[in-house]
Amino acid sequence: MDYFLELFFSGLTRGSIYALIALGYTMVYGIIELINFAHGEIYMIGAFVGLTVAGVLTSFGFPATSIMVLASMAAIVYAAAYGYTLEKIAYRPLRSAPRLSPLISAIGMSIFLQNYVMLAQTSDFISFPSLTPEFAFLDKYSSTIGSSDFLIIVVAAVVMVLLTLFIKFTRMGKAMRATAQNRKMAMLVGVNVDQVISVTFIVGSSLAAVGGVLIASHIGQINFFIGFIAGIKAFTAAVLGGIGSVPGAMLGGLILGWTESFCTGYVSSDYEDVFAFALLVIILIFRPSGLLGKAPIQKV
Amino acid sequence: MEGLKKSLLVSLWFMFLTLPIVGVFVNTIDDVVIWRLERVLYVGICTFFLSFLWRFMISKKEAGAKRDEETGEEQISAFGKILANPSFYYPLLAGVLVFALLFPQLFSMYQVNIMISALIYVVLGLGLNIVVGLAGLLDLGYVAFYAVGAYSYALMNLYWGVNFWVALPIGALLGALCGIILGFPVLRLRGDYLAIVTLGFGEIIRLVLENWGDFTHGPSGIANIPRPDFFGLFTGLSNSIHFMYYLMIVLVIFTIFIVNRLKNSRIGRAWQALREDEIACQAMGIDKVKTKLMAFSIGATWAGLVGVVFAAKTSFINPASFTFLESAIILSIVVLGGMGSILGVILGALVLMLLPEYLRAFSEYRMLVFGATMVLVMVFRPQGLVRDVRKKIDIAAVRKALGGANE
Amino acid sequence: MKRSLLALACVLMLTIGLVGCSEEKKDEAPAKQDTAEKAAPVEKIILGVAGAHSGDLASYGLPSAEAAKLVVAAVNAAGGINGAQVEIITQDDQCKPEFATNAAFKLVSDKANIVLGHICSGATKAALPIYKESNLVCMSPSATNPPLTQSGDYPNFFRTIASDDAQAALATDFAMDTLGLKTIAIIHDKGDYGKGFAGFAKKYIEESSKAKVLLFEGVTPGAVDYSAVVQKIKGSGADGVIYGGYHPEASKIITQLRKKKIMIPFISDDGVKDQTFINVAGKAAEGVYATGPRDITANPMYKVAMDQYKASHDGEPGAFFFEAYSAAQALLKAVERAGSTDYDKIVFALRNEEVETPVGKIKFDSKGDAIGVGFSMYQVKDGAYVEVK
Repeated sequence: MDYFLELFFSGLTRGSIYALIALGYTMVYGIIELINFAHGEIYMIGAFVGLTVAGVLTSFGFPATSIMVLASMAAIVYAAAYGYTLEKIAYRPLRSAPRLSPLISAIGMSIFLQNYVMLAQTSDFISFPSLTPEFAFLDKYSSTIGSSDFLIIVVAAVVMVLLTLFIKFTRMGKAMRATAQNRKMAMLVGVNVDQVISVTFIVGSSLAAVGGVLIASHIGQINFFIGFIAGIKAFTAAVLGGIGSVPGAMLGGLILGWTESFCTGYVSSDYEDVFAFALLVIILIFRPSGLLGKAPIQKV
Repeated sequence: MEGLKKSLLVSLWFMFLTLPIVGVFVNTIDDVVIWRLERVLYVGICTFFLSFLWRFMISKKEAGAKRDEETGEEQISAFGKILANPSFYYPLLAGVLVFALLFPQLFSMYQVNIMISALIYVVLGLGLNIVVGLAGLLDLGYVAFYAVGAYSYALMNLYWGVNFWVALPIGALLGALCGIILGFPVLRLRGDYLAIVTLGFGEIIRLVLENWGDFTHGPSGIANIPRPDFFGLFTGLSNSIHFMYYLMIVLVIFTIFIVNRLKNSRIGRAWQALREDEIACQAMGIDKVKTKLMAFSIGATWAGLVGVVFAAKTSFINPASFTFLESAIILSIVVLGGMGSILGVILGALVLMLLPEYLRAFSEYRMLVFGATMVLVMVFRPQGLVRDVRKKIDIAAVRKALGGANE
Repeated sequence: MKRSLLALACVLMLTIGLVGCSEEKKDEAPAKQDTAEKAAPVEKIILGVAGAHSGDLASYGLPSAEAAKLVVAAVNAAGGINGAQVEIITQDDQCKPEFATNAAFKLVSDKANIVLGHICSGATKAALPIYKESNLVCMSPSATNPPLTQSGDYPNFFRTIASDDAQAALATDFAMDTLGLKTIAIIHDKGDYGKGFAGFAKKYIEESSKAKVLLFEGVTPGAVDYSAVVQKIKGSGADGVIYGGYHPEASKIITQLRKKKIMIPFISDDGVKDQTFINVAGKAAEGVYATGPRDITANPMYKVAMDQYKASHDGEPGAFFFEAYSAAQALLKAVERAGSTDYDKIVFALRNEEVETPVGKIKFDSKGDAIGVGFSMYQVKDGAYVEVK
């Protein structure tokens, strides 16, 4: 039973990170029907900004807790700024272009951002300071769940609740839902669609940055390539849950995290990715629009 | 004045953006912070001027789009006009052919070698063009079929000593078979769901190749794959490379020929109809299942075919050559060149494959330039380098010719 | 339809005809080249340096290029080789087989006389047949895959580093005899290098029957976290872990192991014996064992190479710097002794005459491995690797 619980929490940690990144994919897709391949890179940039800010603040001798808060804030602000700029440069001019063009633009941006960070920083792995405080009450369970795992799970849960509230009840959230349903209609009823799209990118990127800083602090190292694999996994999670659906992304992330962790634990980690993708194929065969995605109604 | 202010703002914004990534380098082990603020300043200056150029290009593009709208017709570039004129087109084609045939005589072995790679990607691009460009099925795992072809030759040669010429059709067949295997489960999926499943399929194939060590030699790959042998004629390094080059030229011409015929065939039109509207297409009595499976399997055939050539060319393969990035690059070839257009795909493949090689001078900056080029081409020419010219039938003219008899 | 078929047929015939023509022409070309080379005295010697100079593995390739430059600068300053100046051509392969063949063709086209490279085993395997057919000697500072020398397929290949099976033998003997481990978990990174090492370790342990392999698993490099594998190691109840792969994954695994308070010994390979590993893993790295090239700091040439590096650079030389320095020296010395750039003479010189290099006084056996180069076991103590005596 202990072994099961350990795997359960390890999957939950992983899944929470996937879910945080997957939310960005799903929100962007819901609104402009674009797979934002550069989203993983935003996550990586968030982690890097967290690193440099933490480094600078440490050199000025700030106390540990304030470093954690300030570094995360900076990461969120910068990731949001990058997301906003990315949309302006690479996607907005392509709004009326053929459907695949923005996708290629996104792949190009992903390659560009990876190499930009590699050249500006380094291709080596860099040590990331552990920003998480140690929670004394977790000492008893340290073999099952560590402090940073706990923090990741709690923060992810809080962020997701906030996001749900934001989408449900604020004016901007309503505008987002309207745009996702029908962009033209939303425009006609006076929604500023450009603004909504920008806000979507900003929110999605900030969520990715939260994930980036958390995981970098949990793992203790980063390099320019971390965004790529996490991005693909998160994208898988988003599709699994039904792309375009916010609760779907959360569910998809968790399911993917658990699949990988249980597969490693009870079968073999050699094939964890094979299992993850096979699960995706099986789910999509039975539910072609993902777990919580709505099948589009086709009117002829 | 307005422009100056805008550019200033843009450059300030980019200086802000690049500050923590470019301007600071921290070493958290020794708590050392290295400031490199002068670099941020360079970024600011560059973006200041680039933003002028950017706005100029955008406004030019928009003007072009407006003109299209007003005249109701797509503007055909000077290049397109030349191509449309047979008295220019055929000599041009002949010139290109002669150049292609003389290429190995004119350039060094290195140039020939990278040209073979580029030609392999031309065929890959044309094959994927069937799936993505014609049938409109977004395939992000195309490299899996390429891997199937390459590994089928490598493994058959390793275990049974199968010759290149036997492996070539078998590789193509296995590719087609895999296309059908992938095609079945994804028949119901649309758009981006299809994309992720194909991506997953590509990864699964790669992971199996990587983990099934006893059979595929796992990550250490298979070495010493023989180059094609042609009645013992082309021995020696430079001869066999030249032979492979001509083999690829023949393959490319063969592919162009087939794809061109396919495009305007019954099945080709069915694909294009499927791409435009699935429901209307079914209503017209087109068998959706058959059409989609045909697209997947025919597209995969080409990948399997050149996979065999790839294995023979590099003489060493391992799963690392068949990652998702490779699929992304093949897809970029198709979209960058112009979806559906054969000439476009050829141009796209040559540009994307030769660019990184000739950018060797920039060495570490080349992938940066590569990514930026992809974005810029898409922003300024979203329909690709060469726009696919669709056959148009003028209904009024047809009616006139029929003399109103059918009304 | 018919016309296009006709055109196609014409083109095909033309192609075949031209191929035939080119065939005849080409036969003469190499012959001409050979006579030209033999007749004229060697004016300059071109040393090709191939390896990963960009991309994510650039940090393994760039120090080798640096080492080659330093050796060549020293040789040229001393008057060159038999009066000929040495020139370097570097080619980037990003450690990818398909780029490696391009790089190899470029070097052959540029008439390189000897090649230092490649860095990764896979890339080396792809490039070697091209050098072999062009009669070029190729020496790698870092390609450790055993079949490169042991298969006998590549008579033109040499290396200044010992092969993976030697490392694995050392690591398993150390684990079973010195540490007395009875049950061992073997983890690898699914890569060419890591899985190769892990596979040999498994084989040696099973053959010796002194210990049992409880777990043999691969982790995905770059995955978000490794806690599931760590839990599995814990669940298996192994006495120790042998890890095959590079330092980024090793540091993640060791950090998570120690976080879960699993203090069993961790033994790894040369890919982990890197200062970056200690920097990144921090406190968790303490006590980790890793095999690495024998301590060479006492060799006279080591100091020469180090001083030369320090004179023009800040900081410490990177990975495989000394191996590459030695390889460049061995190659150039062999050319000098051979008195020409003739393939057979260079190979003869490499196999029969010793060279004083930073990694020791070496010559090469008939397979291409350097005699006198081997591995030792190191342990992290107070933030640095110390040789275990």
